[in-house]
Amino acid sequence: MKPSGNILFTGVGGQGILLASELTAHAQLAAGFDVKKSEVHGMAQRGGSVEAHLRYGEKVYSPLIDPGAADILVAFEILEAARYLPYLHKDSAVVVNTQKILPPAVALGKAEYPANILDELRSRQINVVVIDALAVAQEAGELLTVNVAMVGAMSNFLAVDQEIFLQVIDTTVKEQFRRVNKKAFLAGRAAVHA
Amino acid sequence: MAEELQEQLWLSGNEAIALGAWEAGVRVASGYPGTPSTEIMENLAGYEGVYTEWAPNEKAGLEVALGASFAGARALATMKHVGLNVAADPLFTSAYTGVRGGLVIITADDPEMHSSQNEQDNRNYAFAAKMPMLEPSDPAEARSMMQRAYSLSEELDTPVLLRTTTRIAHVKGVVPKGERQQTPEPSIEKTPAKLVMLPGLAKLRRLAMEERMAKMRELAETLPENRIEPGEGRRGFICAGVAYNYVKEAFPKAPVLKLGMVWPLPEQKIREFAASVDELMVVEELDPFLETHIKAMGITCHGKDLIPSRGELNSFLVRKAIEPDSVGEPFKPLELPMRPPNMCAGCPHRGIFYGLSKMKDVFVSGDIGCYTLGFLPPLSAIDACVCMGASITVAHGMAKALGDSGTGKVVAVLGDSTFMHSGITGLLNAVYNSSYASVIILDNRTTAMTGHQPNPASGKGIHGDVAPQLDLEKLCQALGVPRVVVVNPHDVEATREVLKEEIASPDLSVIISRAPCVLLPEEARRKKPVYYTKTENCTGCTLCVQMGCPAISWTPLGPEEAVARGYREKQKGFARITELQCNGCGQCAAVCKFEAITRYEEEGA
Repeated sequence: MKPSGNILFTGVGGQGILLASELTAHAQLAAGFDVKKSEVHGMAQRGGSVEAHLRYGEKVYSPLIDPGAADILVAFEILEAARYLPYLHKDSAVVVNTQKILPPAVALGKAEYPANILDELRSRQINVVVIDALAVAQEAGELLTVNVAMVGAMSNFLAVDQEIFLQVIDTTVKEQFRRVNKKAFLAGRAAVHA
Repeated sequence: MAEELQEQLWLSGNEAIALGAWEAGVRVASGYPGTPSTEIMENLAGYEGVYTEWAPNEKAGLEVALGASFAGARALATMKHVGLNVAADPLFTSAYTGVRGGLVIITADDPEMHSSQNEQDNRNYAFAAKMPMLEPSDPAEARSMMQRAYSLSEELDTPVLLRTTTRIAHVKGVVPKGERQQTPEPSIEKTPAKLVMLPGLAKLRRLAMEERMAKMRELAETLPENRIEPGEGRRGFICAGVAYNYVKEAFPKAPVLKLGMVWPLPEQKIREFAASVDELMVVEELDPFLETHIKAMGITCHGKDLIPSRGELNSFLVRKAIEPDSVGEPFKPLELPMRPPNMCAGCPHRGIFYGLSKMKDVFVSGDIGCYTLGFLPPLSAIDACVCMGASITVAHGMAKALGDSGTGKVVAVLGDSTFMHSGITGLLNAVYNSSYASVIILDNRTTAMTGHQPNPASGKGIHGDVAPQLDLEKLCQALGVPRVVVVNPHDVEATREVLKEEIASPDLSVIISRAPCVLLPEEARRKKPVYYTKTENCTGCTLCVQMGCPAISWTPLGPEEAVARGYREKQKGFARITELQCNGCGQCAAVCKFEAITRYEEEGA
C-alpha cells in the first residue's frame, strides 16, 4: 500500500464535497493511516469555488497539500479541475465529473466557459479520467449520491479495499440512505479505470 | 488496543476545543458567531452540564464569561479575531481582576482572510493585555491545551487566551477522548479589593500583575507544551501553531523548539536552543511576533527577512523561503473565469440591492454579513464595508461632511444580527445628532453567513428553544427614529418605491427589509413554487440577468442563431432559469415585462 498521499477535492459550494472527503478520510483511517483534512467554511461557500485537502500517511503534520503535490484531484466540476492545476504534478490522477456549472461571469454573458479545458491538463501528461457522475447517481436512484459516485470513481486509485469504503458508508450514512449510497459508490467505481 | 481505538475521535479543531472545554468542567460559555470560531459554541451546546448562549456581541460574551468566573465557575468566551477588538475593553481589565473559576478566551484568527475583512495577528493582544496565550498545532492539541489553559488560569489567577487559526479550527484530525473533570460548585464570594477596579484598587492589582507575569515567565520554562525536539544539522527552528506542521514537513530532521505557549516566552529555553544551533530560524504566519521578542532578548535569528508576513504558509512556502533551490516550479495557473461566492438563489437581500443598484448617485455604506456580496457585479451596490456595525456611523459621518448636498444620497445597509451586535449605538447616535442618512436593516431572522445561529430577533435560543423576540420597529421608535417602514424585499417594485422615498427624505429613516433567509431549515423544507422561463417570450432585455441570481443564466446568440430560434436578428441572447436551483422568490418574474418568467402552479392549489 502507498505509504502516504494527498487527495484534493474541489467543486462548487453545495455539491457535497465535504461529505465526499469525509467518507474518504474515514476509509483511510479504517485502513490504519493517520489522516488530516482541511476545509473552508463561511464566506468561501455560497456557490463559490470550494476545496478540501486530505492527507494520509504514517504521521501527517501539515493539513494542507503543497502546490505540485496532489496525487489525486477529485473535481466535481470541469472548471474546478482546471483551476487547481498548480496543485498537480505530472503523475497526478484527476477524476473529474463532466458537469458544468456556469460561473457568474459566464452566466451573465461576460465570459465564455472555456472549451476543452481538460486538454490543458492532458497536455501536461496528467492522467485525466472523466465520469458523468450525475448520470451514475441518477442510475443508482438518487441524484444526491453524485458525491459518493465520485468517491467510488476515485477509489480505483487507492489501495484501500472496497469493503472498507462500504463499511464506512454503513457507519457514517443514515440507515435509510445506505443502500442507495453503496449502489452509487460501486457504480462510480465501475464507471472508470485507474 | 481495540478499546484504546474506540477512545480516538475524528474531530475538527473547533469540535476538539468544545470537547476539551467540556472535559475541563466548563459550566458557562458565551460567544458571538464568527468564522472560523463558530462551531466551538455550536458543539459545546450539545454537551450536558454546560450553559451555552449566543451573545449579541463579543464584549457581552466575554463579560458573561467573566461573571461566571467571578461566581467560581469555569467559563469560556469564543470569538473570531476581529471579535476580540470588540471585546478588548473587558479583556484588558479582566487581566487586572483575574479570575475565580478558570476563564479561557478563544480568539480564532484568519490568516489569508478566507472569511474576514483583515488578517490581524491576535498574539499581539496577549502581549498588550499581559495575559498568557496558548496556541495548538492540531485538533488533538486543541483539546489537551484546553485542560492546560484552565489549570493555568486558576493557578495564575488570570484569564488565558487560546489562539487558533483557520487551519486549526477547520482541520480534522484524530483526537483522544477523556472524562469530564469535577469542579467546585459556584457560589457568591465577595472580594471587592480584587474585583472593583477603581484607580486606587487597580494600582494594587497592577502590582499583582507584575508578580504574575514573573511567575508566568518562570512557569513557561518548564511547561511541557514548550518542548525541544532534537534533530540533526546546524539549523534550528522556533515555531508554534500551524507553522510547526509546515516546518516538520519541510525540514523533518531539523531540531525544533515548539512553543505551545506563545506568550510569555521561555527566555532561558530559547537561549539554550539558540546556543545549540548555528543558525536560528523563526517560522510564523503573519506578524514577526516571536521574532521581535526573541530579537529583543539579544538573540540573532532569521524570520520575516525570509518568511512571508502575509497570508497563510504551507510547507512548500517554508522550504522555498529557506532553501529556494530545493523546490521545483509548480504548474502555472490557467486563465479561467473566477467563481466567487454569490448571494443565493431566492436571497431576500437581492430585492434591496437590485433597487439600490438603480440609484447610481447614492453612496451605500455596507456592513459585515452575506449581504456584503451585494458588492459583486452585476448588482455592484455596496460602496464601503469596514467592520461590524460601521455602516450606520460611517453613513452618518459622510452625511455630516456632505451637509445639504448629500441629502438623499447616503444610505447604510446592515443585517439584523449585525444591527444588534453594534449597530444600535450607531443608530442612537444618528438620531441624537439629527442625521438624514437612511438605514436599511436586512432582517432575515438569523445570522446567516456563519451558518444560521439564532439571534435576539429570531425568537429562538441556541438550542432552537423559544426565546423573547426583539421587536425591531419598537426599538427604532424608542430610539426616536422619525420614520420606520417595513418592506417585503421580494416585492421588488414596492421596495424600489420605498427606497426612493425614504432615502430622499431629509429625516432619518429606517427601512426594515423583512423576509427569512431561504436557507433556514424551515424555509428550505417549505414547498415553494418554482419559476420557469418561456424562452420564446424572452426579448433579451437582461433585466432579470442583472439581478445576479445564480439560478438565471444568459445564452448569447449570433444574428443567425437568433433568427433560427425565432427571435429578431438584433436579439443578443436569451435568459433561462435553472429550475433545480430556483428557490421561488419571484423577484425575477416581477421585473420581467414580457411574461417570459412564469410560476409553476402548485397542484391542487
